[in-house]
Amino acid sequence: MTYSADEMMTVSAARALRNGMTCFVGIGLPSSAANLARATHAPELVLIYESGTIGAKPAHLPLSIGDGILAETADAVVSVPEIFNYWLQPGRIDVGFLGAAQIDKFGNINTTAIGGDYGNPKVRLPGAGGAPEIAASCREVIVVVRQGSRSFVERVDFVTSVGYGSGPGDRERLGLTGAGPKKIITDLGVLEPDPQTLEFTMTGLYPGVSASVAKERTGWDLAIATEPEIIAAPTQAELDALRRFQGARARSHQ
Amino acid sequence: MAEIVSLAEAVERAIHDGDAIAMEGFTHLIPFAAGHEVIRQRRRDLTLIRMTPDLIYDQLIGAGCVRKLIFSWGGNPGVGSLHRFRDAVENSWPAALELEEHSHAGMANRYVAGASGLPFAVLRGYNGTGLETLDAGPGSVPTIKPITCPFTGETLTAVSAIRPDVAVIHAQRADRSGNVQLWGITGVQKEALLASQRSVVTVEEIVDTLDPRPGAVVLPSWTVSYVAHVANGAHPSYALGYSARDNDYYAAWDAIARDRVAFSRWLDEVLR
Repeated sequence: MTYSADEMMTVSAARALRNGMTCFVGIGLPSSAANLARATHAPELVLIYESGTIGAKPAHLPLSIGDGILAETADAVVSVPEIFNYWLQPGRIDVGFLGAAQIDKFGNINTTAIGGDYGNPKVRLPGAGGAPEIAASCREVIVVVRQGSRSFVERVDFVTSVGYGSGPGDRERLGLTGAGPKKIITDLGVLEPDPQTLEFTMTGLYPGVSASVAKERTGWDLAIATEPEIIAAPTQAELDALRRFQGARARSHQ
Repeated sequence: MAEIVSLAEAVERAIHDGDAIAMEGFTHLIPFAAGHEVIRQRRRDLTLIRMTPDLIYDQLIGAGCVRKLIFSWGGNPGVGSLHRFRDAVENSWPAALELEEHSHAGMANRYVAGASGLPFAVLRGYNGTGLETLDAGPGSVPTIKPITCPFTGETLTAVSAIRPDVAVIHAQRADRSGNVQLWGITGVQKEALLASQRSVVTVEEIVDTLDPRPGAVVLPSWTVSYVAHVANGAHPSYALGYSARDNDYYAAWDAIARDRVAFSRWLDEVLR
């Protein structure tokens, strides 16, 4: 059975979601993984998109967070002020599922600008969107992002969304109500925060991925768990479901 | 009472050089036709306000209509960058672009404050982010500040109200008196319109009576300045019940916007 690193990442991210959870979904990789989870082991996963669609059940992957299929299949569609104020802010949502352009060893996320300074950046990224408050207020956060030495950095160029700030105690000091990022799921494996230092540590690797490759593709001095879990390869059922979804999206574009 | 006029007339009467304009629509019901009319009428020096600038503001920025952008997420959803926006920020092409940058929750609450006639709104947000630091930095007019709850003593975040000169939205329907009805993902349009001094609403159709729809927002005629009939006026965004989001157009825009020459050709077509 052959599969790509991206497919392994998406499957691994989907497995992190449990049936019956409520999940605030970012677009891109997180949306693919959340929809895969709903199509496989978590049929009662509640998908919430910032467009105000609560309990969306799309039959194919949406391109945007506001595709018609999300509104048409949702349990409820609410306004944008309401989704943030009534649903996200009070801590009703179990897990925030986010992407990142740049992430640091304390799980802080940059989606604003890279290089240069803010007024004159080398690369201007889209910006915050819903992520700062998702990162602050969901009970916990999972980040899905490809691992690379330029995207996994010691300290992000701009803190768009706060992970653990500069270490233990920062979330409490800042009054952030959620527990923060519990996992970073990449195309190499899974990172989790060290219980003492909160620095992200490689605790799981996909079949065939070595610790040295993980270190090379990380911009900080990455700690690797003494015995990292070898994460199971995608099952045929997982791959079939993922490819069915992606094929359906390709067809919906024609 | 809303006046029912042509789109050209609505834009001519409502939107002036230097205005602060909110063209809202969260992925759904984005008022593209109205945006193109603003380009055609060559408005300049605009402050554009919008949570998700999307292709519509990429086009207005590239066309040189914009001085300042107030926003929270400037990407091409599911595709990548807004290249005209990036070219303006990274290379000042065709002109420098001033930014006032927020999170979605902050922007949504700023509109709520504007619609409520309050100077600010309160939320839990921004703590520890670079957005908060930027806002307090030199040269910026502050829009984010800590505030103490008078009941509990807890520190929360205040964001200043947004009060645009003009709101521009697209809706499914209006009746002949200019009452407007929209449904599906209704985003922040109601708040944006009620926060604004004037408004332009384009609609898919004008009908004799608005039959009730589940989850619909109705904006009474007396809250709206101008209604214009523009079928498919949200394309390549969509109007639930009338059209589907043209995801291929969003994907194809990437190559057009990436290249100044290709963009200029696109612009010539719009202006023709």
